[in-house]
Amino acid sequence: MRPLILTLRGRLDHRLDLSLLVPHTLAGKTVRQIERMELQTSHHPITLGDVFRVRAGDIKQIHIQGDCDRFDYVGQEMNSGELLVEGNVGIQAGRLMSGGRLTVLGNTGPWAASGMKSGVLEIRGAAGDRLGGPLAGEITGMRGGIVIVRGSVGERAGDRMRRGTIIIEGQAGRYAGSRMIAGTLIVRRSAGPLAGFLLKRGTIVLGECYSALSPTFMDCGEHELIAMRWLSAMVRPYSKAAAVLLQRPFTRFAGDMAVLGKGEILVGNRN
Amino acid sequence: MPLTVRGVRIDDTFAEAFGMRATAVIITADSLHWARQAALSMTGFATSVIGCGCEAGIDHELTGKQTPDGRPGVRVLLFAVSTAELQKQLQTRVAQCLLTSPSSACYAGINGEETLRLGNALRYFGDGWQISKRFGEKHFWRIPVMDGEFVCEATTGLTKQAVGGGNLLILGRTPQTTRAAAEAAVAAIRKVPDVIAPFPGGVVRSGSKVGSKYKGVPASTNEAYCPTLRGAVRTALDSETKSVLEIVVDGLTAETVASAMRAGISAIIKLGPRRGATRISAGNYGGKLGPHHYYLRELLP
Repeated sequence: MRPLILTLRGRLDHRLDLSLLVPHTLAGKTVRQIERMELQTSHHPITLGDVFRVRAGDIKQIHIQGDCDRFDYVGQEMNSGELLVEGNVGIQAGRLMSGGRLTVLGNTGPWAASGMKSGVLEIRGAAGDRLGGPLAGEITGMRGGIVIVRGSVGERAGDRMRRGTIIIEGQAGRYAGSRMIAGTLIVRRSAGPLAGFLLKRGTIVLGECYSALSPTFMDCGEHELIAMRWLSAMVRPYSKAAAVLLQRPFTRFAGDMAVLGKGEILVGNRN
Repeated sequence: MPLTVRGVRIDDTFAEAFGMRATAVIITADSLHWARQAALSMTGFATSVIGCGCEAGIDHELTGKQTPDGRPGVRVLLFAVSTAELQKQLQTRVAQCLLTSPSSACYAGINGEETLRLGNALRYFGDGWQISKRFGEKHFWRIPVMDGEFVCEATTGLTKQAVGGGNLLILGRTPQTTRAAAEAAVAAIRKVPDVIAPFPGGVVRSGSKVGSKYKGVPASTNEAYCPTLRGAVRTALDSETKSVLEIVVDGLTAETVASAMRAGISAIIKLGPRRGATRISAGNYGGKLGPHHYYLRELLP
């Protein structure tokens, strides 16, 4: 069955809250009803039909055509189905997702996958700062699910992550995996300075390590870890590049000893 | 009325089997040798629930492409009469035989309707240094040990559809030919997935009956099948039988036990009475104890 397609009518002059555009909120609605749905934006009321042309289709598969980094909260609290955006999106894409698959063909703004609980978020371009991180005042960031970023990400990717897996095929900015509580962050290339800053538990895998780690990480030597081979097989359907990285021997750094110190940074070595 | 197929007499009787709880684990290691070594230790002293707590054996070997971590491995099946006993046996055997075996790792080998604790029970060996890893629905533990890490999946499945006690009695003119028939049958049974023959080499020579003349002994020798007692007791043997061996089969389902028995009978018949067995029978308790009845005539090739 064809997907439900929403095509952007033109350039937006204000930000748009698209959190309503998820399969479970559109379930049972006709095209007419969908077009009349009010979108949260500035103090000017606006309906979905004002912004998008709607072509009927399977509500479990939604395609948003149009490129706009002013699309905020795309896929927020999504719990099933598929949502594909054929361009860039704004802040908090996939926040609090608990199921389904969200694919963004372009870039995302900050806090993508913030508080995500389950499901799959794939970002074909780059992601902004605090990927999977908590909003101000929240105790934990990502709590489950799988995030794949084909490009690079900004600062503090995986901040306060509690559970789940983030795969970054490009580079990560400063403080990647800061304050992680658990979970797995895989950076295929290098991360900026102070990766794993205040890491309590969890695993950060770095394909390359050109920047300094905090001196509170202890070198535990080079190892071939069976667990990474297992993880390699698990991530292969999502990222072949990450799967290849996980087959390598790793230098294991335990830390961050400034806090609990039960986490690890694994730096990939050439075979 | 007994049948005769290619010179091998098939008794008109049935094997009586019982419902059991079962689980499976996949053991991997750096080499197949070490995976087998761990599996052999784990399945040692697990021939009969009467005295061992569980019945266990190697189901089949696995290539690196078939295991979760890409290393060679084996799949082991464990059967017990209750979930609690199965959990106890699994935990003890994994802790003492797999955790201790060099380069080993242990993964769930079955998706059951319920689960048994695997790594979730062993993680405390890590003394706080154990690491939990989740990916999707999968959860495993990394426990630091002296050769690196013991990787163990958190849980494995449990099935209540398992059947234990499928059996074949193999009767022959000499111990040598009877043993040859039993070996051929075991080789055929081992090719059937999801079953084990838990006794040494898959064969048991001390078939038992329930009870004993001695108080407190739950099982004792089945004198009706002992050739040296043929003239002294009410025997089940004919004059030409000098040796009897039994194969006990446990399977994850009733169908797999039937398939294994069918494969065993076929192999014995193929070997023929001159080089193998002259007669095939089966053990039962009159059909009053076990809900699964495998009639030999329905399992003929």
